[in-house]
Amino acid sequence: MSSPVSLIREPLITGNKTYHQITEDLISPTEKTPPMSWMLGFIVAVTFLAVFVFTVGWTIYHGIGTWNLNRTIGWGWDITNFVWWVGIGHAGTLISAILLIFRQKWRTGVNRAAEAMTIFAVICAGQFPIIHMGRVWLAIFIFPYPNTRGPLWPNFNSPLLWDVFAISTYFTVSLLFWYTGLVPDFATVRDRAKGMRKKVYNFLSFGWTGSAKHWQRWEALSLVLAGLSTPLVLSVHTIVSFDFATSVIPGWHTTIFPPYFVAGAIFSGFAMVLTLMLITRKLLKLEDYITIEHIESMNKVILLTGTIVGVAYLTELFIAWYSGYVYEQFAFFNRALGPYWWSYFGMMFCNVVSPQLFWKKSWRRNIWLTFFLSIVINIGMWFERFVIIATTLARDYLPSSWSYYSPTWVEIGIFLGSLGLFFTCYLIFSRVAPVVAVAEIKSILKASGNQYKGVSHHHDGHQEEVHHDHH
Amino acid sequence: MAHKEVIFGLYNDEQDLLKAVKKAKAGHMEIMDVFSPFPIHGLDPLLELEESRIHIAGFIYGMLGTLTAFLSMTWIFTKDWPIIFGGKPYWSVPAFIPITFELTVLFACVGMVVTFYIICGLGPGVTNPTLDDRISDDKFCLAFDKAYVNEADARALFSATGAAEVNSKNL
Repeated sequence: MSSPVSLIREPLITGNKTYHQITEDLISPTEKTPPMSWMLGFIVAVTFLAVFVFTVGWTIYHGIGTWNLNRTIGWGWDITNFVWWVGIGHAGTLISAILLIFRQKWRTGVNRAAEAMTIFAVICAGQFPIIHMGRVWLAIFIFPYPNTRGPLWPNFNSPLLWDVFAISTYFTVSLLFWYTGLVPDFATVRDRAKGMRKKVYNFLSFGWTGSAKHWQRWEALSLVLAGLSTPLVLSVHTIVSFDFATSVIPGWHTTIFPPYFVAGAIFSGFAMVLTLMLITRKLLKLEDYITIEHIESMNKVILLTGTIVGVAYLTELFIAWYSGYVYEQFAFFNRALGPYWWSYFGMMFCNVVSPQLFWKKSWRRNIWLTFFLSIVINIGMWFERFVIIATTLARDYLPSSWSYYSPTWVEIGIFLGSLGLFFTCYLIFSRVAPVVAVAEIKSILKASGNQYKGVSHHHDGHQEEVHHDHH
Repeated sequence: MAHKEVIFGLYNDEQDLLKAVKKAKAGHMEIMDVFSPFPIHGLDPLLELEESRIHIAGFIYGMLGTLTAFLSMTWIFTKDWPIIFGGKPYWSVPAFIPITFELTVLFACVGMVVTFYIICGLGPGVTNPTLDDRISDDKFCLAFDKAYVNEADARALFSATGAAEVNSKNL
């Protein structure tokens, strides 16, 4: 039974592609010498990565006294960056898992790159909890293993430990899901390659043959992995929000945090996917596979999640007032009008006001506006985490311990360096693996290819006329 | 792998391949396998492939994860090293839920993926012989083992169903 051809939906693959043309278009970037634009990008990314290695090394050697944290403000840019990166990762899983379950065909053009983004973002995120421990060589203490210290176990009731389990599970599952999707595409690369390259891709493709039974199991596996990843991704940012929500700090101790964090994570993740995809589609000439329709769909998700985030901000303010609890009221008064007012207004403007532009269809389909806003939103979501973490801690119960925090060059270096880590990984990925899922694109060609639109008028799988038009 | 002489037809379109599979089944020809660049919907019932049971394996692995996490935490905090955290009972079940959930998902996913590669005979370093390099590109392949199917019958089927190419290969 073929997929029905919808006459209403716009084509997701343009340019009258054949199966072979799809292979050519999507695999050839991995076979060519990288263009100058890639080289330049790679040099910049590796430079930032070097900054990361240096500043992290500096932190580990001298201790976290090189940061500007103090007894009042114990979490600053470190945990802000952690939450920001984890959040960015969430869009990849949303696209690959939740949209698979909802049978959204447009996910196919962007899922591979989005999943890669998830993995690299989680790698970046994972650095921060480890280095913020100070004595990183004791990081193994967070794992429950039989040890010579008693055995002494970690505290399983602590949200910080839940986070360890959530993030490591999330990383493992995302990696397996992504790689299993890549195996058939690596086989395609292998079958076009010669010599050493063939050996390497033969190893990576795990001996894939494309047998009917393997495909059947592969599809069953993908569907169950998607089904498991869906609650997983929601649990991960929920647990990240528990790091704050289960504490008794006014401004953190709120029940709205889990859904509000998850919506914010998807919001920032989609912004990052758009930033990456708009550059990737231009440089790798993928305009036929990542169409304006894809961009518009993602902008709709941004509009929705941005609005949810906006409602959450206002709900927080209302509940703070309505609770009648002066400490909660002060925490929010202080966020908006205290010493960090600029970050609160930055957050409100970038996250709540700016995505509202996407109510207008022609703006959702405007590439330059989308690119600009995707960066604005990422800045806004970074501000959100900074607002929640630093401004809340800066004004605690005791006015005598009130403090102000601004980062040192080391903290700034680690953050900028983590962008280098992320982009280095992404740039390498874009040259060694197809950034668009080749097999999956082929499987939706007859349902979403432009030349099939408007040809078949049957929705029950009769595609006879389609063939004759095509061949 | 045992020595096999294979005759196979390559089709340009999955619909042609589906017709050929139907015809082969109608003629009681034993199909060795079908290879394609992407999963073809509607092929499994024609080949009479049973539904994959990998999700059942996943459920069992998941349950194993649930039990591992919950029983470990229970044993550690009630028997091995009981500590009071925040005035809560030793056996504080609600606080165990997040880790129990995470390990359920972790065990189910890792177990299923490993099972998938093992039962398919795939894995790092595995090299399986392929019939044609274009099967992972744009060709749809129907293969017969010459030990079970008469070569002339196979060729007749391929020409009747519009195969673009017919080849033989020893595996």
